Amino acid sequence: MKNVALAALFAACLAGPAMAQNAPAVTFDVGGKFDRSFNQAAYDGAEKFKKETGVQYAEFEVRNAAEREQSIRNLARRGASVVVAVGFNNRSAVETVAREFPNVKFTIIDSVVELPNVQSVVFREHEGSFLVGMLAAMASKSGKVGFVGGMDIPLIRKFYKGYEEGAKFANPKADVLMNMTGTTPAAFNDPTRGAELARGQFDRGVDVVYAAAGATGLGVYQAAKDAHKLAIGVDSNQDHLHPGTMLSSMIKRVDVAVYNAMIGARNGTWKAGVTVLGLKEEGVGWSLDEFNRKLVTPEMEKKVNEARAAIIAGKIKVTDVTAAR
Amino acid sequence: MIDDALAQAVSLLASTVRLAVPLVLASLAGLFAERSGVVDIGLEGKMLSGAFAAASVAHLSGSPWAGLAAAIAVSIALAMVHAYACITQRGNQVVAGMAINVLAVGLTVVLAYAWFNEGGNTPALPDPARFKAIVLPLARALADVPVLGRVYAGLVSGHNVIVYMTVALIPVVSFAVFRTRFGLRLRAVGENPHAVDTAGISVAALRYRAMVACGTLCGIAGAYLSIAQGAAFQREMTAGRGFLALAALIFGKWMPVPAVLACLLFAFADAVQGRLQGVSLPGIGVVPVQAIQALPYLLTVLLLAGFVGRAVAPKASGIPYNKEK
Repeated sequence: MKNVALAALFAACLAGPAMAQNAPAVTFDVGGKFDRSFNQAAYDGAEKFKKETGVQYAEFEVRNAAEREQSIRNLARRGASVVVAVGFNNRSAVETVAREFPNVKFTIIDSVVELPNVQSVVFREHEGSFLVGMLAAMASKSGKVGFVGGMDIPLIRKFYKGYEEGAKFANPKADVLMNMTGTTPAAFNDPTRGAELARGQFDRGVDVVYAAAGATGLGVYQAAKDAHKLAIGVDSNQDHLHPGTMLSSMIKRVDVAVYNAMIGARNGTWKAGVTVLGLKEEGVGWSLDEFNRKLVTPEMEKKVNEARAAIIAGKIKVTDVTAAR
Repeated sequence: MIDDALAQAVSLLASTVRLAVPLVLASLAGLFAERSGVVDIGLEGKMLSGAFAAASVAHLSGSPWAGLAAAIAVSIALAMVHAYACITQRGNQVVAGMAINVLAVGLTVVLAYAWFNEGGNTPALPDPARFKAIVLPLARALADVPVLGRVYAGLVSGHNVIVYMTVALIPVVSFAVFRTRFGLRLRAVGENPHAVDTAGISVAALRYRAMVACGTLCGIAGAYLSIAQGAAFQREMTAGRGFLALAALIFGKWMPVPAVLACLLFAFADAVQGRLQGVSLPGIGVVPVQAIQALPYLLTVLLLAGFVGRAVAPKASGIPYNKEK
């Protein structure tokens, strides 16, 4: 009897839970869908799709590298209309699985996979970071601004470079301090260390800090609040986390990318290829709402909006460190 | 210039203290367990559960003290599970410890999902529900006094209450282990439980008491992470600190003061790496982030291999006590 039950369980595992036909699927990266940042933006996009269409999407939260390929393959096998892989870490997994399932659509966020059934969405984060860098330098009294990155990879360096150039554009004498949290994906989920890195920067005179570090950033923003310094959020609008000390957020519309992929697969408008979203496409930007209105002076707002227009017009060139590679 | 160097040194040491506290607490917890003859690799899991309990109860009650009490209670409860498996049932201690770790990782996230619906995290705590930094008397007045005043204001003052508790606990633990009857019996039961039994003292009762002490200290360490240093529970927020504490304990040859020094060393290496990133060293230039982040590990390997010599564990550590053998 026991054996029969076990066999049944085994068979059930192999088959996988039944999934609604033509439902999209999404895998979130380390940090989890409630990191209030990058993954949460993806989650918001998927939720918007669910609300509008009433279709329940399948999801998976990756906890370690070994699960990536497996989870993407499972979702593909179960007949997802499109598998949205959130995060650059999924590149090789998507590449492998997309070859195995040439008839399944894949969308990867933050990386490029050149296959006929893969849509790649990348952002011009350096442009948005440039704008918040300007804000940081204009809000700083000490002339020193800080950056806390998550995992040390070219993508995060791209945020940093844009931020640095923006800060120096607003104040040529500005000092930009930089820390990376770690060299593994776990660096996106270590708020304790994020807080400590931020405090180290505050002790060295920094009074505005920008975190591009997923859930690690939550520690950075808390440390800024505790030390009465300013912080800048990333990916999602994080201004509401600590009203009064959140100067702004560099918004990256991962939600739009995820929503578009899902709705596109449903309507038949989904297309393979590379999509690049920058300031011009409103794929990146900076936040101004009731939570940070008091921290941003009309003059700061004006200058940042001018720079935004200049970048779109091509008059200001922001270095993209990933382009040179 | 000298003034600046002093400020940096004070900031570095203060950071070391903040990072060392959870390690010190967990390592003293491990000391009680291992000195009594119970190998405890479940420090990590007890800390994590403590962190979760502290953040949940502090959120619901608004009191950090209630949070701390809950952390200690939950951590002791887990220590008792471990004790029951290893002492009463004479199970394998390493397996039981690992089971506690796995249980803690899963259970905290599941409960957090169910209770708070924030994806395995607890809601961010407002200031009154946390242990905030305490400014010691005269710290502000003395801050301008050269050297001593700066050190007092920057290093001695300005920590939260758990930091001061930990500092006070170190001599208490040292005294309890080496100068009290309980301590003598504790050490004896870890070396030669048969002799203790022959003397008419219950081996099991002694080991249970040691595990209560272990649970208490792990609970405080967990509460420190989530409601003193941080402001919420985040999944897997202990990030391996329990294992690092265990390493420090072995490094310190199962003695309180050397173990604390080992913890301080690990914390110092961690604090240094945050500050060395992106700094140009004379004669070397900018060292890559990866090399700097490997520093704490390199240091550990070097010291363990070269300077510490043989670390001999308590003889009966890891062996369940059996009267008949």
